[in-house]
Amino acid sequence: MSKFGFSIQETRTIDFEQFDGRLLKYVLEHEPSFRVCLSCGGCTATCSAGNLIDFNVRKMNILIRRGETEGLEKEINKCMLCGKCMLVCPRGINIRNVVMLIKKGIVKFRTIEEPHEKLKLKCHAY
Amino acid sequence: MDTVVVIGAGVAGVEAASQLSGFGHEVILVEKNSYIGGKLAKWDHLFPSLRPASEILTSMEEKIKQGSFKILKNTEITDISRRNGRWILKTGKGISLEPDAVVIASGFGLFDAKRKEEYGYNIYNNVITSVDLEDKLKKGEKIRMTNGKTPRRIAFIHCVGSRDEKSGNHHCSKVCCITGVKQAIELRNLLPQAEIFCFYMDLRMYGKDFEELYREAQENYDVQFIRGRLSEASENMDESLLIKAEDTLSGRPLKMNVDLMILLIGMEAGEDTINLCKGFKLERDRSGFIKPKDIHIMRNFSSQEGVFLAGTCTCPMTIGDSIDNARAAAIEVHNYLKNKHLR
Repeated sequence: MSKFGFSIQETRTIDFEQFDGRLLKYVLEHEPSFRVCLSCGGCTATCSAGNLIDFNVRKMNILIRRGETEGLEKEINKCMLCGKCMLVCPRGINIRNVVMLIKKGIVKFRTIEEPHEKLKLKCHAY
Repeated sequence: MDTVVVIGAGVAGVEAASQLSGFGHEVILVEKNSYIGGKLAKWDHLFPSLRPASEILTSMEEKIKQGSFKILKNTEITDISRRNGRWILKTGKGISLEPDAVVIASGFGLFDAKRKEEYGYNIYNNVITSVDLEDKLKKGEKIRMTNGKTPRRIAFIHCVGSRDEKSGNHHCSKVCCITGVKQAIELRNLLPQAEIFCFYMDLRMYGKDFEELYREAQENYDVQFIRGRLSEASENMDESLLIKAEDTLSGRPLKMNVDLMILLIGMEAGEDTINLCKGFKLERDRSGFIKPKDIHIMRNFSSQEGVFLAGTCTCPMTIGDSIDNARAAAIEVHNYLKNKHLR
């Protein structure tokens, strides 16, 4: 069966009805400066990790805002916490704290509370 | 004494008339409606300060009281001709005016959202325009879905009828971005529980205090901005709307159900302006607005001698810009009349 050449393709569409807003809420509560992101991409341009590997800070921020938490853990661990992004951010967002909060949030919502479908899926994957 | 006819008693027209009468000219202000203020008269609050629009109307009425110019309300210019270098304007009431100069302050027209059919205005129940919303706010109506339910999720759609070849307008209407932000803040105050989204292509916060208001909307009013233009909307069984867009910042398609959709309709050359262009034989820009003689140094001059332009008949403007522009027009008219006598 594993060699059967067809499978069901999962949709790429961001569906707001599946919105998992817990992580976003948690980050915003503890780091309100995260609200004012303009998605300018300055952080990504200067990112030490992003210059070497496939890692996009700005996109990560957007995905949390859309409730797309799938695959986040793997992404967030690429950050080296060098803090260069904070030096260039035109709106003064404490991005390093945002990253730390995301890391904490992932653990918190997976272990303490009822995991959302997307985080549950991740538990199986790792 | 020279006579100047100002066409349109909106923000620009009243300002131009008041300044010109202050310079000592005889001014006749012609207005097709029974009231002054044009579209401002129907607006509730103004960006970026959220002050009541009525304050501006009051200051206009004050200028009318202080000035010594005539206002002809309920009067439309029906015929325009030229004899011996003089413009002859006939009104629908049979009055004939022979001014030494004319100021066109006929304002703008609003984009008819029905032309953007895929967004469902006048087809689906819970799709309204920014003007409809302003009307509700002015009347103090509660913001509800047509079935009486309180909307839980609201989407503002930017650039409806602007920057869109499909709706016939290439130009940017300039003020809808900030209008959307202003109205989003007002809805947040009225509906603290609702989720509020703005779908935009670019946010053009060009004016004084615009960027600050945008930031405030993000920071204090929990308004969420999604970069992407709506492709279409469709109605669900419960009268909510399914909208589709690309979240261009993550590069993925996105769909969302919303209870209320507000279309930020753009500004275009109004019917009156187009008719006046025909009458005075004036050139129009690619955008349809009246073409100024020189976009940098002669913005208040039209392509015809003795015909001047003030306010949004030349391009979209804010209230403040319209007032400035009308004052500039008054100075140009005054200089023109002064030099005319020297010749």
